[in-house]
Amino acid sequence: MADWTLFEVFVRSKHGLNHKHVGSVHAADAEMAIENARDLYTRRSEGVSIWVVPSTAITATASDEKEALFDAADDKVYRHASFYELPDEVGHM
Amino acid sequence: MYAQMVETGSKGVRDLESMSEQERAFQQRIDADIKIEPKNWMPEAYRKTLIRQISQHAHSEIVGMLPEGNWVTRAPSLKRKLQLMAKIQDEAGHGLYLYSAMETLGADRDEEVQKMHEGKAKYSSIFNYPTLNWADMGTIGWLVDGAAIVNQVPLQRTSYGPYARAMIRVCKEESFHQRQGYEILLHMMREGNEAQKAMVQDSINRFWWPVLMMFGPSDANSPNSAQSMAWKIKRHSNDELRQRFIDQTIPQLQILGCTVPDPDLRYNEETGHWEFGEIDWSEFYEVLKGNGPCNKERVAQRKKAIDEGAWVREAAVAYANKKQQRKAA
Repeated sequence: MADWTLFEVFVRSKHGLNHKHVGSVHAADAEMAIENARDLYTRRSEGVSIWVVPSTAITATASDEKEALFDAADDKVYRHASFYELPDEVGHM
Repeated sequence: MYAQMVETGSKGVRDLESMSEQERAFQQRIDADIKIEPKNWMPEAYRKTLIRQISQHAHSEIVGMLPEGNWVTRAPSLKRKLQLMAKIQDEAGHGLYLYSAMETLGADRDEEVQKMHEGKAKYSSIFNYPTLNWADMGTIGWLVDGAAIVNQVPLQRTSYGPYARAMIRVCKEESFHQRQGYEILLHMMREGNEAQKAMVQDSINRFWWPVLMMFGPSDANSPNSAQSMAWKIKRHSNDELRQRFIDQTIPQLQILGCTVPDPDLRYNEETGHWEFGEIDWSEFYEVLKGNGPCNKERVAQRKKAIDEGAWVREAAVAYANKKQQRKAA
């Protein structure tokens, strides 16, 4: 197992929805990773499409960067629709 | 349960004041129910305890396929055979979800499996009992998976993110296991002849006490529980989960029209709980030590599966290499 590549698995549950990360599998190559992922993550018709990506190909944010990266959005409430108050007679907008 | 007596290496839970700054931030994060993710800092003892617990849980799923595999070729109908194979395939899947969660902690799967083969890592005591008649397939689904569900439902909220997410997936699939098991028994009790009904009762008699032992020693003899609870990798005590299981199981037992081999079992009107007799803990510790009825057979079968499957893994690598070379050419 140690000489097999670790792949991250993404499954699209229904047409029109995004692929979503569901877990990982080991395999000798990408095609076999798809076959393993099919057996492991879609035994009950959970998916219509599978992506596999070698885990080493993923670049992620570091946990200690969380504030620097994401806090900047916290004080920008005006980016949300609910920030804007409209009179009731306007109805749904 | 699927993980019993997981060693935490702790000599008592420390208060926030006596922790290092890093450790305090970690504990406060857990106290606030924020999940710990693979890249977050964590105390070494937390990491090691989780590796022990998740690997034990994964080994249990994998070894748990063996007692059921014993009946695939002897299932009484094609329908039952297909159901049993689907359940066993799920157990393999559960083992793999858990090994993946364990790997996010930096543990190596081959090494952890090797530890089980050497007797250094445990799997649940329940899988060291033999499956002697067809009703055992029903009893395992109903009682063993039933006990597993009681343990795993709270683990969906466990503090380590990848473990909690694996549990959510596992729990979704477990209810099929329990229902198919109970249906096997109900069918034997309602449609079966006297010999078949006797099989059901015999099966429950053999499995009842070992199933209660799955929850681990009583709280008084569970030295690691306090630390595991503080870390929220365990969310309820062994005795609490055992009681919950008994309370939900006895009414199902009555619908079957069967009994459990416990003369002390009685309903307490005041507390609303079923009271039960003393568990023979000497049997539990013997099984954990490797002296259960099937310990040697189970480990030998696992080793054989790994050894005899080596050529398949080698062939997969050879095939991948060949395809790559063809592409390059």
